[in-house]
Amino acid sequence: MDTDVFLAWLAAAAAVIEANRDHLTQLDAAIGDADHGTNLARGFAAVTAAIEGAAPRPATPGALLTLTGSTLISKVGGASGPLYGVAFRRAGKALGAAATVDLPGLEQALEAALAGVQQLGAAREGDKTMVDALAPATRAFGKAIAEGAAADAALSALAEAAAAGAAATVSMQARKGRASYLGPRSVGHEDPGAASTALILAALRDAAAGAGARDAGR
Amino acid sequence: MKKLINSVDSVVTDALRGVAAAHPSLTVDVENKVITRAGGPTPGKVGLVSGGGSGHEPLHGGFVGYGMLDAACPGEVFTSPVPDQMLLATKAVSGGAGVLHIVKNYTGDVLNFQLAAELADDEDIEVASVVIDDDVAVQDSLYTAGRRGVGATVFVEKIAGALAEEGASLDAVAAVAREVNERSRSFGVALSSCIVPAAGKPTFELGDSEIELGIGIHGEPGRTRGPMRPASELAAVALDAIAADLPLDGELLVMVNGMGGTPLIELYVMYEEVARNIAARGGRIARNLVGNYITSLEMQGFSVTVCGLTDQLTRLWDAPVDTPALRWGR
Repeated sequence: MDTDVFLAWLAAAAAVIEANRDHLTQLDAAIGDADHGTNLARGFAAVTAAIEGAAPRPATPGALLTLTGSTLISKVGGASGPLYGVAFRRAGKALGAAATVDLPGLEQALEAALAGVQQLGAAREGDKTMVDALAPATRAFGKAIAEGAAADAALSALAEAAAAGAAATVSMQARKGRASYLGPRSVGHEDPGAASTALILAALRDAAAGAGARDAGR
Repeated sequence: MKKLINSVDSVVTDALRGVAAAHPSLTVDVENKVITRAGGPTPGKVGLVSGGGSGHEPLHGGFVGYGMLDAACPGEVFTSPVPDQMLLATKAVSGGAGVLHIVKNYTGDVLNFQLAAELADDEDIEVASVVIDDDVAVQDSLYTAGRRGVGATVFVEKIAGALAEEGASLDAVAAVAREVNERSRSFGVALSSCIVPAAGKPTFELGDSEIELGIGIHGEPGRTRGPMRPASELAAVALDAIAADLPLDGELLVMVNGMGGTPLIELYVMYEEVARNIAARGGRIARNLVGNYITSLEMQGFSVTVCGLTDQLTRLWDAPVDTPALRWGR
């Protein structure tokens, strides 16, 4: 996967977050403070602007993700700004200066992102946070490539595990973030951070599939 | 949704322009969303910076001025500001004696201030942080993000600000800030939800005769929902919750705070009930504050904050203060 795939991913992520802006905000209204969709949409719009305005344009996937993370930290605020920001920055650093990314490289980047989120937010699986989507997705991706899956299958496993992980947060009681104030009343609602993580990872699958289709058509 | 705004996206910057127009004692960087005292940093004085989401006015910008904060960084509505803003504020108020960050205990505020403190350290500005967590409605346990920071923030900003004005060291100012936080507890009750401008509808729905007990300041639902009841009973609910954690005896500083949409006449009804209830428990309200100091947009409701005073805390509370929202003695 080259820089174009990652550019396509970030564009797709910005589009899907914008399209789900109200949905994410309503999820947040139920157990948080009704701003997750608004904040992330503002953040990814800023990412799009930062990429277009960067001189020189980020030449590698690593540089692109690092710029994405820094922009999210600077523009989003709340808890999701630092957490998504650190995730993208750590992933970008893990990819280094390579011009293209292979599947094991992407797995390492996902693990670095997960480690960064858990270090900053101190959340574990089961706490009803974005970790409940990112952790199982990273595991499913690793398992798929260990079993010799091709890129499209591994990325599908990633996206599906993230979606299943987000859905599983419905029955959890929140132990981190603003939802934890609700105690047992947080049960029965999907965690908005897990939901947005699933959307962003599905956008990665779709962007890579789109690039694969273009390559096949040449 | 009916709000006095031009557009949802420009609420915060439009309000900041208004703050700038109304208060020549403040310098407002509208683009970067930083409010500082006009006239720059005071050499040799510890700088006090606070910040948080907007929608809690007058907190924090209304408390910038002599005897209180040096700078405030307002975020978007109910969203923590970003590290860049906090770093700008920290640099703007650094008078060489260090800077205290006063942080309400919300995950976003804590994470962003933590990143800002690291950035300030890179620029060789000494920063201490105090995290405010006085809301007894949230259990402080491994299973929550910890108690929320609410009304005690006003007390901390006033008292730590007074000590800083006397020329105390960063360690001493941070220590008194922590002492006030540890001696303070709060509890809030909502009669209605607030409406976040970007969401356009109430964050939660309440029936005509329902109230939320144990609310925070962001329209997050409380711990429980119950029937509306007389002010005397609401005072008892709030003070029972506080008394479970803080002895309500001795000399006390008490704030009855409106959540933004509560008429002052009702706050005075609540204050009378709170004062009577505290007196019955053997406490003496030595100082008080009644009004809208830490709000949640247009939410109807109130919060009670109690701080156990010492002679020094009383002296610092009484010290002169000159800010848009709190002013006496000068």
